[in-house]
Amino acid sequence: MAKVLLEMKNITKTFPGVKALDNVNLKVEEGEIHALVGENGAGKSTLMNVLSGIYPYGTYEGDIIYDGEVCKFDKIKDSEEKGIVIIHQELALIPYMSIGENMFLGNERGKSAAIDWNETYGEADKYLKMVGLSESSRVLVKEIGVGKQQLVEIAKALAKHARLLILDEPTSSLNETDSRALLDLLLKFKEEGLTSIIISHKLNEVAYVADKITVVRDGATIETLDNRATEISEDRIIRGMVGREITDRFPKRHNVEIGDVNMEVKDWTVFHPLYPERKVVDGVNLNVRKGEVVGIYGLMGAGRTELAMSIFGRSYGTGISGTMTLNGETVELKTVKDAIKKKLAYVTEDRKGNGLVLTNPIKINTTLANLDSISSKKIIDKDKEYQVAVEYKEKLKTKAPTVEQNVGNLSGGNQQKVLLAKWMFADPEILILDEPTRGIDVGAKYEIYCIINDLVAAGKSVIMISSELPEVLGMSDRIYVMNEGKFVGELASSEANQEVIMQSILKSGKGE
Amino acid sequence: MKKALEIFKKHTMLIVLVLVVLFFTITTGGSMVSSANFNSLITQNAYVYVLATGMMMCMLTGGNIDLSVGSVVCFLGAIGGTLMVNKGWSTGSAMAIMLVVGLLSGCLQGFLIAYLNIPPWISTLAGYLAFRGWGTAILDGLTISPMPDDFVKIFSGNVPDIFGVPGFNLTCLIVGIICCVVFALLQLKARATKESKGYEVEAKKSTLIRIILVCAVIMIFTIQFAVRNGIPYALIWIAVVVLIYEFITSKTTIGRYFYTIGGNVEATRLSGIDTKKIFFLAYLNMAFLTVIATWLTLARLTAANPTAGTNYEMDAISACVVGGVSAYGGSGSVLGMVVGATLIGVINLGMSLMGIDANWQKVVKGVVLLAAVVFEIMNNKPKTKA
Repeated sequence: MAKVLLEMKNITKTFPGVKALDNVNLKVEEGEIHALVGENGAGKSTLMNVLSGIYPYGTYEGDIIYDGEVCKFDKIKDSEEKGIVIIHQELALIPYMSIGENMFLGNERGKSAAIDWNETYGEADKYLKMVGLSESSRVLVKEIGVGKQQLVEIAKALAKHARLLILDEPTSSLNETDSRALLDLLLKFKEEGLTSIIISHKLNEVAYVADKITVVRDGATIETLDNRATEISEDRIIRGMVGREITDRFPKRHNVEIGDVNMEVKDWTVFHPLYPERKVVDGVNLNVRKGEVVGIYGLMGAGRTELAMSIFGRSYGTGISGTMTLNGETVELKTVKDAIKKKLAYVTEDRKGNGLVLTNPIKINTTLANLDSISSKKIIDKDKEYQVAVEYKEKLKTKAPTVEQNVGNLSGGNQQKVLLAKWMFADPEILILDEPTRGIDVGAKYEIYCIINDLVAAGKSVIMISSELPEVLGMSDRIYVMNEGKFVGELASSEANQEVIMQSILKSGKGE
Repeated sequence: MKKALEIFKKHTMLIVLVLVVLFFTITTGGSMVSSANFNSLITQNAYVYVLATGMMMCMLTGGNIDLSVGSVVCFLGAIGGTLMVNKGWSTGSAMAIMLVVGLLSGCLQGFLIAYLNIPPWISTLAGYLAFRGWGTAILDGLTISPMPDDFVKIFSGNVPDIFGVPGFNLTCLIVGIICCVVFALLQLKARATKESKGYEVEAKKSTLIRIILVCAVIMIFTIQFAVRNGIPYALIWIAVVVLIYEFITSKTTIGRYFYTIGGNVEATRLSGIDTKKIFFLAYLNMAFLTVIATWLTLARLTAANPTAGTNYEMDAISACVVGGVSAYGGSGSVLGMVVGATLIGVINLGMSLMGIDANWQKVVKGVVLLAAVVFEIMNNKPKTKA
């Protein structure tokens, strides 16, 4: 048995209100590729952040034993000095700097303050060759494609003398060929003795590259599978990932009548606003009926939010094509205002970023999308505003002393309720809820589910986007599965289960 | 005690203002509060109140500023002076041209900032340079004066007494009393409406104290102006601008959007609000108020000159910041800004009366400005007056 390079023992990490990691154990042997798999939010990234010192020693419980000694990292620099280098999912390269400058950012070559550019570019070229890139290190990063940028990231890590390389979703923005090249590169480095931890959703890749696979679920390590002796099937991994039992986490809906088709979207295609050649949503067909909860399941980056926002008055994307009918009438919603007028609402996944005005009180947030209804001749009736805010606060059981409270001071669950209140007050027929329960605790989740049930009971239509499988299965009447910009499956709730959904994603991934 | 602290926190700048006035009254042996100085406080700072109102609207949208206003004052003044004095145009048509040109400059800035996404400080820095140069070129580097009487009269000087009592302006007193009565009635009516609709109302005592304090301030000004020459026209312009914008920012939907954009522009956009239009309006509005400020300046100096309006943008920004308008956007109020502008005006006046060297005055003003921002950040309570 090879030497154990890294051992994480009984790691527990709590955030206010949530236990993100609960007694996690991970053992990585020298010279192996170790895969971490699990659903979104299972705790994989948190674990790696603990390891790399982003969460410093003392903010978690448990021990990190690396190369035989207990490590107490205070910052990323500490872990990098030991040769632990993390490459994040979002590329962290600066586009207007050269490859060489990026590679040695914060690790500059030369004496004291003066940078030795010859050494910088000479060294950089050497590492670029190691990852199989023929570009000169003087080329600007923006000039090369995403695939090559990912390789530059790896070269950058090698330049830091990495012994343990951590890759968080390294292939999520790469196409099939680039992904394969990257994985082969990892295998090559493994031969040379480099140890890697790879976090991935793409199970086919995991099965291809990994020696061992550790499954993380709900902040705990479930099992570690050995992929060397016997090849582990993807089904086996899926079973580990989703194998939890669903108990009564979802309130029952009673006798909600599902009516006629309310909204229908056909051949919906959207391109990226900054890279107009990149298709983000590809020929999606979708419909929703009155009183129906339609779930859209997909992993992060599948194009779900982009789809929703492009439907909602083209608030995302360029070159949008496709037709949209509302109650049988073909409409073109050019602005968010049009969409609201046609009784659509989009409840964002990013409540702090683009949902709420955190420095303003509950009442101002509640009325923002429908200020005209409490105004006459553009003059706000503040008494009415107060009354409306109180009414919704009570209806949704938002916990706050008064509606004068600034939203920024509320907990995530209560912020989510204010966000829902805002859109319910806009009086929509169709609500698109994007990750409505992200980052909120179980109790608040249940309450949000109850609100969703009330909405459909009142004859509204709900489209619920989620990357939490149990939630999609527990709440939806019908489920669309989305992957890489396309709808790859449509299932009635009766025929849907976790494995079927995961399979349809995997099949679509392989087809390319 | 806790309540007293709360009141103190809410009205810090107002209390500071009172203390500063008391300080200068003592150090200047009472000449600070003479009626002549009351008059000059208003007339000399009229442009600050008007420009700071516009600046506040820009700052609300996210700490954006307009550096070009001082130069635009010079430029528009040059146009107005040339038309009225050199070309002999009528006052009305010259003012109309100034208004049109001013609004065009605002449209240009607004378009560049809102629709082409040019950072406001770059776009207005260009305006700062260009309009100063253009104005000076129009004037050929010279001063044009005097401005026609009918123009000067509407912006500068005092409202004449219609009763003709010697030594005391009765008109002024009557206007002052009417203002007090109207204020009191409005307060009581708002209270009664709230009560009748069954909403929570503040304690009767608070309403009464507010009425008494505000009326006392109005009456102090009234008497000071009455024993002198009557109400300065500049004060009427200030009052009209301040009241209209206080109403817009606190009561209307469009005013609300200025605040929410400053708080979170994406959330506002996704609530169906045309955020670009609001940015555009902020700068168009700034130009409109700059036109008024130009008229006031032109009339007070009765001349158009190449240095007119120098540093006006800084005065306006300072008034806003000292008055509690967030440098990051999203919070602030017109009445707060008025307190800030007055505080700076009082400090200027008081230091001049004490004979403090002009260079040291600048140092003091710098310290006051910084102190106000540090205070806002330390206090870190978002003042949402909207």
